Amino acid sequence: MHTTLAFISGPNLLWAGLLFGFVFGVLLHRGGVTDYNVIVRQFLFRDFTVLKVMFTAIVVGGVGLFVLHGQELTNWHIKPATMLAVVLGAVLFGIGMVIYGYCPGTGVAAIGAGKLDALAGFFGMIVGGIAYAFSYDWIAANILPVADLGKKRLPELSTLPEWVWYAGLVVMAGVVFALVARFEKTSPKS
Amino acid sequence: MKSHRWNPYLVGVLIGVLSVLTFSLADKPIGISTGIAQAAGACAMPVMGSEGVAANTYWAKKAVPAWDYGSLFVLGTLFGALVSAVVSGSFKLESVPTMWRERFGSSVLKRMAAAFLGGAGLIFGARLADGCTSGHGISGALQLAVSSWTFFIVMFASGIVTAFILFRRNSKA
Repeated sequence: MHTTLAFISGPNLLWAGLLFGFVFGVLLHRGGVTDYNVIVRQFLFRDFTVLKVMFTAIVVGGVGLFVLHGQELTNWHIKPATMLAVVLGAVLFGIGMVIYGYCPGTGVAAIGAGKLDALAGFFGMIVGGIAYAFSYDWIAANILPVADLGKKRLPELSTLPEWVWYAGLVVMAGVVFALVARFEKTSPKS
Repeated sequence: MKSHRWNPYLVGVLIGVLSVLTFSLADKPIGISTGIAQAAGACAMPVMGSEGVAANTYWAKKAVPAWDYGSLFVLGTLFGALVSAVVSGSFKLESVPTMWRERFGSSVLKRMAAAFLGGAGLIFGARLADGCTSGHGISGALQLAVSSWTFFIVMFASGIVTAFILFRRNSKA
């Protein structure tokens, strides 16, 4: 569905992609998540920068989109819950993220910040992408259809109204941030 | 050392605002790993030929190797971080990060090999799950997608286990 505010289309989308990506790159770098140490230490519960950045983005973007969608000013873009593929992919992703030390976005941004290991990992990502393209027919036939729930959203799993879910998200973020603040106060700076 | 960094909550707010803008103005979510799969197709072209790449279902339908919104977003991310790093004076060529060096030594080759393999597994996983920390972790999670919250939780659990196995003995860091 075309929405009223979506005036960027056609060739202008190319410039918008470059511009939005640029802003994203600046923010990833300023957020400190283009640093291998920051990312790995998140998984060791020694640095909570990644969680702070991601959860705040989810809450602000989520509430923003909830309001916009209520006014029919945006479309949902839900990825299908092909559960076996999502779980297997996420397990592999978690392992890869700790060894590489970046995720795809922060890896690309880290190259910009001068991290040469991020560049080596980018070549790895290219090879991984090629491997996936070659495996795709088999995966599409054997993995993707297993436990495929479709493009489901969490609110569809219950009869609770949509706003309750977003209120829950805000509360959850508040609790997580409070716990992190307490944890950071009590544990010695390492 | 930390001078270039902004408050992480502020950065999170700004990324949230950015995703509201991409959704409402361009009808696009923020995402990275599709763009990298597109780049993979472009890199395969010299070897496979453009017909060979086009004959692959994935590159023909899911990640067409071309300059479009998604692939230019990835290029923009690279430039954005580069400009931010240069402007803030924090641009620095580095091959072996501190934590890696303390745990696995200062061998550049070893670090590069690990980064390469990690990157390969990372993107294979991202494509299998149909998204990464951006597409699932931010764009999907903020839409309350079942797939994205599943990805977020499983990915974090897997990363925690991996990190504790790899770095447990690294008591100093």
